[in-house]
Amino acid sequence: MNYFPDEVIEHVFDFVTSQKDRNAVSLVCKSWYKIERLSRQSVFIGNCYAISPERVIGRFPGLKSLTLKGKPHFADFNLLPYDWGGWVYPWVEALAKSRVGLEELRLKRMVVSDDCLELLSRSFVNFKSLVLVSCEGFTTDGLAAIAANCRYLRELDLQEIEVDDNRGQWISCFPDSCTSLVSLNFSCLKGEINLTALERLVARSPNLKSLRLNRAVPLDTLQKLLMRAPQLVDLGIGSFVYDPSSEAYIKLKATLVKCKSIRSLSGFLEVVPCCLSAIHPVCQNLTSLNLSYAPGIHGNELIKLIRFCRKLERLWILDSIGDRGLGVVAFTCKELQELRVFPSGVDNAAVTEEGLVAISAGCPKLHSLLYFCQQMTNAALITVAKNNSNFTRFRLCILDREKPDPVTMQPLDEGFGAIVQSCKRLRRLSLSGLLTDQVFLYIGMYAEQLEMLSIAFAGNSDKGMLYVLNGCKKLRKLEIRDSPFGNTALLTDVGKYETMRSLWMSSCEVTLGGCQTLAKKMPRLNVEIINEDDQMEFSLDDRQKVGKMYLYRTLVGPRKDAPDFVWTL
Amino acid sequence: MSPPLLLGVEEEGQSNVSLMASSPSDCISQNVSGLQERNYLGLSDCSSVDSSAASSLPVDNKNKLNLKATELRLGLPGSESPEREPDLSLLSSGKLDEKPLFPLLPSKDGICPGSQKNVVSGNKRGFSDTMDRFSEVKSSVYTEKNWMFSVGPDSESPQSVGQGKFPGNSGMNPMLRPTGAQQAIMKEMAPNALERSRPAANGTHNKASASNNNMSAPAAKAQVVGWPPIRSFRKNSLATTSKNNDEVDGKPGPGALFIKVSMDGAPYLRKVDLRTYTNYGELSSALEKMFSCFTIGQCGSHEAPGREMLSESKLKDLLHGSEYVLTYEDKDGDWMLVGDVPWEMFIDSCKRLKIMKGSDAIGLVELTRSVMKLSRMDKCSLADTKFGRNCNKKPNTIIMVYDHATAV
Repeated sequence: MNYFPDEVIEHVFDFVTSQKDRNAVSLVCKSWYKIERLSRQSVFIGNCYAISPERVIGRFPGLKSLTLKGKPHFADFNLLPYDWGGWVYPWVEALAKSRVGLEELRLKRMVVSDDCLELLSRSFVNFKSLVLVSCEGFTTDGLAAIAANCRYLRELDLQEIEVDDNRGQWISCFPDSCTSLVSLNFSCLKGEINLTALERLVARSPNLKSLRLNRAVPLDTLQKLLMRAPQLVDLGIGSFVYDPSSEAYIKLKATLVKCKSIRSLSGFLEVVPCCLSAIHPVCQNLTSLNLSYAPGIHGNELIKLIRFCRKLERLWILDSIGDRGLGVVAFTCKELQELRVFPSGVDNAAVTEEGLVAISAGCPKLHSLLYFCQQMTNAALITVAKNNSNFTRFRLCILDREKPDPVTMQPLDEGFGAIVQSCKRLRRLSLSGLLTDQVFLYIGMYAEQLEMLSIAFAGNSDKGMLYVLNGCKKLRKLEIRDSPFGNTALLTDVGKYETMRSLWMSSCEVTLGGCQTLAKKMPRLNVEIINEDDQMEFSLDDRQKVGKMYLYRTLVGPRKDAPDFVWTL
Repeated sequence: MSPPLLLGVEEEGQSNVSLMASSPSDCISQNVSGLQERNYLGLSDCSSVDSSAASSLPVDNKNKLNLKATELRLGLPGSESPEREPDLSLLSSGKLDEKPLFPLLPSKDGICPGSQKNVVSGNKRGFSDTMDRFSEVKSSVYTEKNWMFSVGPDSESPQSVGQGKFPGNSGMNPMLRPTGAQQAIMKEMAPNALERSRPAANGTHNKASASNNNMSAPAAKAQVVGWPPIRSFRKNSLATTSKNNDEVDGKPGPGALFIKVSMDGAPYLRKVDLRTYTNYGELSSALEKMFSCFTIGQCGSHEAPGREMLSESKLKDLLHGSEYVLTYEDKDGDWMLVGDVPWEMFIDSCKRLKIMKGSDAIGLVELTRSVMKLSRMDKCSLADTKFGRNCNKKPNTIIMVYDHATAV
């Protein structure tokens, strides 16, 4: 059927980079399937238990970059017991045994051991890039292995990980011959770091573009690093504690002015709250600013900083900025595309619906939102929906669970309904506040592009869940907690789950019997029941409500590494 | 498909939320087949009997809510305390289920999503007490797991009191279905109904906070795992950072006044927000609950609400009766007995709290009494009995006692 030789088609496929597109391409015909699979370099596996490493390697022998996700999203909030799973070792082991020339490994919510990192570092000569997000299970010994053995390492990026810091000298393990670093992010490490070794490392890394330091790196070291790496594009400041009259600070101010390439700023893990004026020169070029780990910066200082950031596209901040601060953001940051406002825990500083309305009015390009607030009103959400129909991600978390609209005391159905109706490209939605089945009706009717939905403490009956399952054709991930959805909702359309990646239901109304029925009907789903430690043994009472259920489609059957407290039906 | 209902209401003029609440559901239920039979349990929903009456329902409900809310808001079983101070709920319920959850609490210290600072309204407080506090507290207070109850919302800052949901398919008391008339009935019978219904409501959420499972537990919100949905890394990191920053600049934010509380013999410290209390009684009760696993004696019992000064007799009781004494370190670094100064002054000057063993603190008590009486040149009557070597009658030995006390 091919009018062109395979090589030509393969060359054409080189321009098809998105995984979705490549998947589509591979379905056209057998020959395209073959060409595509042999030429695919980058593979994304959204659920590491949906497929086995051997099969992935078998299909894509030319694999260079692998992205894996392990635990379900709610694991981030301690809803999943520690040993549930998500070990990456089998993957690395299988890859090491094969002839795959792995160059990049990106993991999210997986368990990575030191042994695994050691194996990884020794098995792939051209290994270049390790990105770990929200992972666990390793110590700085594992990092030392990576540093020491990966000769062409370009990227070592650790995000939001609790690492057991053995106070090892892992940063010194980078050999002198290692000059290829482009990105180094160890901001989440809590322990001390060998500052001299760090300075030398940065000095011999001319390609270094991204450097994110942890809180153990003091101001004077920062200044020295910046002197060595004025080409930095992304900077994460560790400690910003200083004496304003000190020479170190004055030097730093001067150095920062020279760093004209910085576009992304984060960190400030330790900060003296009084004065961030040294940063102001950098602000005018910033496109990304993450101050969400800097509770030490008070609202007023934040506002002063923001006023300089006219080009900001991405802003992660604490709610200590307040509604007034968000007003300043709305006035200043006209290019803003993504905003995340996290709770700082300080009562008076929390934001309300006012801030969100201001942002929606002022920032026309905003499409991605994560907003923790004290309260929200229907009127505000409706206004937001009118102001801005571009949202692709809309995650709203009203800190007070099941809180209604404080002005009208109504549920927030109408507000969220307005959002889904207006934002036709909405792909991800998280709900909060008081919600009835009505909001799910709206979601089912209007949220046609919705791929991920997070529900907590919402709804009245099975209908709610059914509206969503029936209406959202593109739904891939559904996670529900503490909502009154039961077996009827679960079992009405069992085929739906094979079109989705996964479903999480905890503290809902589904019973053991319901889950068993589902598992029987759908052999290509793994239906896992997760029992807490303090709950009773698996009783055989069908009517018993299930505490936590996680189901996902899979091609390889029940996983063999499930711990005792996980029961795959 | 009906025309855009939610956004399109504007074309008719005022967009009125309550109108919108009712009309879309009317229209939608007419458009979507098979839905009209059911009662959605939402305020705006049509009843299965009479859809035309539906639009009047929300308004009625709202009025009823406003009227009834204040009457019945408080003193009901199961009223809930804010997340951060689950122990305070024990004031009212004496619930034992909370204890296993203590281990969670240290990790939550210093991590305070907005609503957590709020004042607790335990269900044993008098109505007026709680109303007073309610008006003080600006942010939302969650006291009922029942959304039909709400304080008059428009008078002050938005306060939501009642939220909750009614699982449609549990074997629940049908009175809980919130149609207008039934709401009224519900409210009349609220105390009993809530008592009876709670097990049903809570039984359906076997995980929705351990304390919910117990009828008498007002601290439901406090105990929920994984709420608010923030990555534990971020939570822990902010907690560490704010702890460090407190030490760096020593100034807590205006909204919260976190003070470390240590107790002799306890394996870990606690942190409390002094601004959530308005008098010594509350503070000591709270601490009593917090450290109850380490069996404080009558630490809190000597304080009556509103009383701010220890009397002579109370001091004596303290010395002779209780095992533990509450002390604090003030701005000058001196350790003082709690209760001597007016509450406001105490808040201003308190840097740390310590629950000391009575025997250790006797010196402090004596010191305090001596300081108080210094101007009157009285003798410390108790000094003779026990601490002759520490506290004799000469004024300048006070200084020695000071040193001794701070060294404790």
